[in-house]
Order: sequence, then C-alpha cells, then structure tokens
Amino acid sequence: MKEIALHLLDIVQNSVKAGASHVDIGFSLDGNGALTMTVQDDGCGMSQEFVERVRSPFVTTRTTRKVGLGIPLLMQNAMQSGGRVDIKSQEGVGTTITAVFQTGSIDCLPLGDLASTMATIIMGSPDRPEFSLRCASPSGEMDFSTEQIRAVMDGVSLAEPAVVQWIQESLQEEIEPILGGIMS
Amino acid sequence: MKSLAELEAIRKATISRINVRTEEKGETTRVVIGMATCGIAAGARPVMLAFMDEIQKRQLPHVTVSQTGCVGMCRLEPMVDVIVPGKEKVTYVHVKPEMVPRIVAEHIVNGRPVQEYTIGAAENA
Repeated sequence: MKEIALHLLDIVQNSVKAGASHVDIGFSLDGNGALTMTVQDDGCGMSQEFVERVRSPFVTTRTTRKVGLGIPLLMQNAMQSGGRVDIKSQEGVGTTITAVFQTGSIDCLPLGDLASTMATIIMGSPDRPEFSLRCASPSGEMDFSTEQIRAVMDGVSLAEPAVVQWIQESLQEEIEPILGGIMS
Repeated sequence: MKSLAELEAIRKATISRINVRTEEKGETTRVVIGMATCGIAAGARPVMLAFMDEIQKRQLPHVTVSQTGCVGMCRLEPMVDVIVPGKEKVTYVHVKPEMVPRIVAEHIVNGRPVQEYTIGAAENA
C-alpha cells in the first residue's frame, strides 16, 4: 500500500464483513508526530484464540484461498515507521484495531487521500453500517458521520454519485487544515 | 462540513433521476470493481472514483457502481466488470483512471466494449 488511507480502506472491509452496525474511525496526530488510527466496530468479534493468530498472513476467514494480507501489511507499514498495531476483540461485542505510525520517520507512509477512502468506503456499503470519522491534531479537529448525511438524504441512497462526490469534497475541505501536513 | 443545504439540493435532484431509473426497470448497467487488498494495492480506489465522476458528469441514471472482493486473479487488478443487461459480462483488467472515460463512452453509452482493455486481450498478449 502507498498510503495509510489505503490501509484504512482495506481494514474497514473486515468490520463490514463482521456485520457491524457502527464503525468508528479515528485519526489523531499528537505534537510529537505520532499518528494513531483506530477502527472500532460492533461486529461479531473474534475469539481470543483467533486474535492471537490473525496477525499471520496464513490466517483468513475467507474460503477461496488460504492467505489474508490486510492485517500483516498494515503491521509491516506501522512497524517500519517505529509504530505498532494493537488488536482488541471480544466475541459478540466487536473489534478495535489501533495502528500507530511515527510520521517523523523517513520510512512512514503518507496519510494519503483520506477523503477519497471515506467516499469509497461509503459507496461500497451505503446502507449499513453507519460510519463515523473523527480527526484531531494540534491544529484542530473535525467530526463526520453517515448518520447525519442519511438524515438529510431521507431515503435516497448514499451511493448516488452526486452524494459520494459531495462527501468526498466536503471531507477534503475539513481534513486538510487538520492533517494536511502529513497527507503527502 | 459543507452546508447541509447543498446536500438537500442534491437530494432533490437525485430523486428525479431515481424515478427515471425505476421506470426503466431491468435496464440497469452494473459496474463492479474489485476492492480486496489486492485491488486496493493495485489502485482500485481512483478507478472507482473515476467511474463515479464520469457517471455523474454524463448524468447516466441507469448505471450503478458497486464493489466486490478478490476473484483470485490478483495480478490482473484493478479489475472491473461491466454488466449490460442482455449482454455477456465484460471484464477489464489493469484498469487505470485514464481508461475510464473511454470505457464509459464506448461501452456503457454506445454498447461497444473496448476490446484492447479486456481480459481476453491481456491474456493473449
């Protein structure tokens, strides 16, 4: 992956497949350049035994093949920057993945196009789950949720091209002043 | 956030287009993009947004864009299926955003698949 935002796009698919009804995404950049990405869902969760094995590329829930690279690639890129990945999960409750990136490291990926990732995520699962995004840095913070948008759209699908475009543009405007420094 | 009033205007404009779509039921063309780890790493996200952009620009009410997982041919990603009702499914491989306007214009609008971008052309090369 070339961007942290692409890892998000990939990792969120796990929450969607876990049948989550809410997926809360957070990016928080502290004064020392540590970027913490969290993806918290209320999906089916994983057993303790599975959590311990899920970091291996040879563990996957899919049945078509025996490899799954989503989490291993995320770990590789987080650790390469001097960061880490934590996975907390409880069956029937949900899963939280936390990835820390040290953005000061020359080996750290850029955050990338987070607005496009969010637009793509929402397009792919326009009805459910509800997604929220919260970004924070010393420069400020922002909040976004599909619930807000859905209330206005009143029955019109969030996958409509005009809506997706609006979401992308409006997020772009809001994220830039907060995390613009690490986007590229 | 950009003004929610703007969103309300989009809703109204969209509703009239949806009505067109329901009247032409069964005539929906589907664009399906591979969005697993392999597709994303190969560049599926900008391809997806390029399709949305082109459909929005041309105001094509009877086209839907959706995502699928890995179909096992990761080396050919980004892959896009275009399914026109009554026609055989066409699979495009190694799709780049620059290729999207041509696929939309020639295939989706005018009904002639872009042969050189298809999986058949890639496999015979």
